[in-house]
Amino acid sequence: MSTDSHTPPADETEHHPQIASNGTPTPAAGETVEGPTVHLKVYRYDPEVEGKQTPYYDDFHVPYHKGMTVLDALIYARDTYDSTLTFRHSCRQAICGSDAMFVNGRQHLCCKTQLSDLDEPVRVEPLPHQAVLKDLVVDMEHFYDQMKAVEPYFQTNQLPSEELTEQRQSRENREKIKMSTRCIWCGACMSSCNIAAGDNQYLGPAALNKAYRFAMDEREGADMKQHRLELMKQEHAVWRCQTQFSCTAVCPKDIPLTEHIQELKREAVKSNLKFW
Amino acid sequence: MYEHDVIVVGAGGAGLRAAIAAQEEGADVAIVSKLHPVRSHTGAAEGGINAALREGDSWELHAYDTMKGSDYLGDAPAVETLAQDSRDEVVQLEHWGMAFSRDADGRMSQRPFGGLSFPRTTYAGAETGHQLLHTMYEQLVKRGIEVYDEWQVLELAVSDEPAPEDRTCHGVVAYDVQHGTVEGFRARQGVIIATGGAGQTYAHTTNAVANTGDGVAMAYRAGAPVEDMEFIQFHPTSLPSTGVLITEGVRGEGGILYNSEGERFMFERGYANNDGELASRDVVSRAELTEILEGRGIDDDYVLLDMRHLGRERIMDRLENIVHLSRDFEGVDPLEEPMPVKPGQHYGMGGIETDENGETCIAGLYAAGECACVSVHGANRLGGNALPELIVFGARAGAHAAGRDLGVAKIETGQTGEWEAAEVSLPVEPGEVGIGAEKVAADGGALATEPVELIRATVDAVRERIDRLLSRPDGRNHAEIRAKVQETMGRHVNVFRERPGLETALRDIRAAREAYADVGVRDQSRTFNTDLLQTIETRNIIDLAEAMTLGALAREEFRGAHWRKEHQARDDEGWLKHTLVSWNGGRPELWFRPVLLEGAEKTYEPKIRSY
Repeated sequence: MSTDSHTPPADETEHHPQIASNGTPTPAAGETVEGPTVHLKVYRYDPEVEGKQTPYYDDFHVPYHKGMTVLDALIYARDTYDSTLTFRHSCRQAICGSDAMFVNGRQHLCCKTQLSDLDEPVRVEPLPHQAVLKDLVVDMEHFYDQMKAVEPYFQTNQLPSEELTEQRQSRENREKIKMSTRCIWCGACMSSCNIAAGDNQYLGPAALNKAYRFAMDEREGADMKQHRLELMKQEHAVWRCQTQFSCTAVCPKDIPLTEHIQELKREAVKSNLKFW
Repeated sequence: MYEHDVIVVGAGGAGLRAAIAAQEEGADVAIVSKLHPVRSHTGAAEGGINAALREGDSWELHAYDTMKGSDYLGDAPAVETLAQDSRDEVVQLEHWGMAFSRDADGRMSQRPFGGLSFPRTTYAGAETGHQLLHTMYEQLVKRGIEVYDEWQVLELAVSDEPAPEDRTCHGVVAYDVQHGTVEGFRARQGVIIATGGAGQTYAHTTNAVANTGDGVAMAYRAGAPVEDMEFIQFHPTSLPSTGVLITEGVRGEGGILYNSEGERFMFERGYANNDGELASRDVVSRAELTEILEGRGIDDDYVLLDMRHLGRERIMDRLENIVHLSRDFEGVDPLEEPMPVKPGQHYGMGGIETDENGETCIAGLYAAGECACVSVHGANRLGGNALPELIVFGARAGAHAAGRDLGVAKIETGQTGEWEAAEVSLPVEPGEVGIGAEKVAADGGALATEPVELIRATVDAVRERIDRLLSRPDGRNHAEIRAKVQETMGRHVNVFRERPGLETALRDIRAAREAYADVGVRDQSRTFNTDLLQTIETRNIIDLAEAMTLGALAREEFRGAHWRKEHQARDDEGWLKHTLVSWNGGRPELWFRPVLLEGAEKTYEPKIRSY
C-alpha cells in the first residue's frame, strides 16, 4: 500500500454516536426497528473535524430487506442515523461509476452489490491506493489524469466536410470495441492493480482499455492506429502489465481488461515498434 | 473570482454539447458541474436518439410524430427545429466516434419506438446515453475545455430590476465540494443552465440522486418563469423495487406486456388497438396502472414485460444491458422469465421557459436539455426525443451565447406578447415562508448593476446562507423533509390526479416549507459536505414540487401525461396554452401563454390522438 492510501487504524475504536452501546440502532423518533438487520462497519475519516482526523470505524445496524444493496444500506445509515456519513453515489444503476468502494476486502460497485452475497459484518472502506478525502470519498484526480494521457478521443486525419455523411463501421468491428466502450470510470481496476500501486506513472487498466477502444476502431484509419500504438511504447504503458487479472476480476462491467492490454501488446509487436 | 465568456452549469449531454458549440464559436467557455461529467445522468439513457436519417423518413414526419406525441402542446418552431437539426447532430456524434449499433451494411442501426411513424430511433445497444455522454466528454477533453467538476452552483448572479424581462445574468456562484469554499464565476457573454431533471421530487423514479432540479429552481427564483411543470412523464417500464429504467427498446424490439391473467392488455383491453405496447408512454403507463388498480396486476404492484420470444441472440445483440439491469436490480433473468415493471417518474416535460435559441427572458441566461422547456415535448415526450433535444438545443444555446446569429426567435419568453393571468383557488398560500426572511426576488440582488459588484454581493449572500445552515447543527434533517415531499408527490401528483389530492399535496408542501425554516446541517466540515449540499437541494425540490402541483391544479383538462379525474377530455377551446409559474417576490404567480401550432410551412391542427 502506498503512503497516501488510507491505513486502517491498528486499534479500532467503536465510535457510533447514533448507535446504542449494545450495538442496536437508535431508532428515529416514532420509529421502531423490527426484523432482520445487517451490520456494517464503515470507515470514517475527516481531515478537519476533531475526533475524526484519525481514521476509525463506525458500526451501523440497518434494517435489511430482500434485494438490498450495499449502497441502499449506506443511504439508510446516512439518512437515518448519521447525516455526516459521506460517499459518492448518483445513478443507483451501475452506469455513473461514482460508488466503487472496498467492500469486505475487494473493490465493488456498491449499487450493484447485494448484501446477501456478503459476510457480516460488511466492512466498507474507500478504494485503496488513492488519497482519502473524507469517509468513503477518494481523490480521483490521478485516475482522470491517466485517462487523459492516452488521447482518449476519436480523431481522424480527414476533417469532416460541411455536409457530414455517416461513416460506415462493420458489425464485427463494432463488436470488437463494444466491451471496451462500457467503461464507467469507476476506478475499481486501478485500485486493485499492484503495478499501479507501485508505479504512480503506470497508465493503469482503465486508460489502457481506453487506448484499446480507439486503437481498434477501424474508423480512425491505419495512420492513427499506428500513432496510438506509438503512445503505448512508453515504459509505463502496456508492458508494465504483469497479467495478474486483478483488474478483470473486479471490473463491475465485466470488461476483459487484461485481454485488451495483451492484445495491445501483440499489436504493438506486430507493428514493429521499438520498445525500451 | 473566475472569469469566462460563457459558463455552462451542468455536464450532461446538453451541457457538453453547449460547451463545444460555444468554443467552436470562439468563446472562452467553462463548465461548472456538481458531478464529474461522466457521472451525469445522460449516461443512463438507454433506448436511442430519434433522427430522420433514412429514405422513407423525413424531418416533417419526425415533427408530425413529435407534435402528436406532445398532444398539441409543443411549440411548432421548437418541434421543427428539433426534427430538422437532429439528423446533422446524430451524424456529428458518429463522426466523434460514438459506437452506435450497426446494420449489416455498416450504417447506424435504427429501431421502432412508441409513437413513431418510422423506425428512426438510432441506438447503441441499450446504452445509448452512456455512449453519447462519453463520446461527448472525449471531445471536450480533446478541445481542452475547462471543467470545474464537483463545484456545485448555488445561485445565479442576476440583477434585480422589478421585471424579470429587464434583468441580466452576469455569472454564477458555486461551492467547491472538495474544499468548501464559495467563489464567483463571471460570465461575460452568457450562462447556460444544463442541470437536467428534477426526478428526485419523487421516490420512485428512474432518475439519479443528483437530479434535484437545481438549475431550474435557481433560474425560477431569479425570475425566469417555469413552464408546463405539471407534465411529468411516468415511464411505463421501471423495475418495481428500485425504479431502474427498462428501455422502451424492449417493446420496440417486440416485447409484450401481460397482466396477471395472462392477457396482452394493451390490445385485449382496448387501450391501443393499433400500436399496442408501442403506444405513447402516457397511454401505456395509464393502462398499466388501470390494470393494477382493477386487480389484474401482480401483487397489486406491477405487470409483466416479456421479451423471451425475441431469442437470446437478438436480446444479447440489441438489449444486453437490460439483461444485466434486470438480473442485478430485480433478481430476474429476463432470458428465462418476464420482467416485473411498473410506471416510474422519468422525465419532466416542463422546465425553464426558453425560446428555440435557448434564451430565457433574462438577458444572458440560457437553458437547454431536460431543465429547459422550449417546448418540444408539450404534454408528453416521445421516447427517443430526449437525446436529440440535448444535442440540438445544447448546440444552439452554446452557439447563441457565444454570439452566433441564429435569427430572431419565434417563441416569446417572459410576460411579453400574448399572455394572460390565471385564476386558481388554492387551499394554502404557496411560496416563501416569512417573506423577507431571505432574499427571494432576484437571487443575489442587493441592487447592484455593475457585474463584478453584483457577483461579489451574490457570493456574500451565499456565504451567509451556508453559515446560517451550518450554525444549526441540531436543526431539522433534510432527509426527513425530502421524504415527505416525495411521498405526497408520489401519492397525489402521480399518473392519476384529482383536485382533493392535489390540494393535499399543496398543504403537505406548505408543511415541508415550514419544516425547512428550521432545517440545519449536522456536518460541520468544509470537506465534501454532502449533508449541506443535500439540504440546499431539498429546498430546490420543495420549490419545484410546488410549481408542478400548482400547474396540475390549474390545468382543468386531460392532455398527454396530465390526467384529471374531474376533467376527462382534452379541451382545445380552453387549454391550447402553456402553464407558466413566476417566482414573484417569493410568491408563485400563475399565468398562461398560447401554444404556437404554426410551423414554417404548415399549421399543426389538433387531431384526436389515438394509437
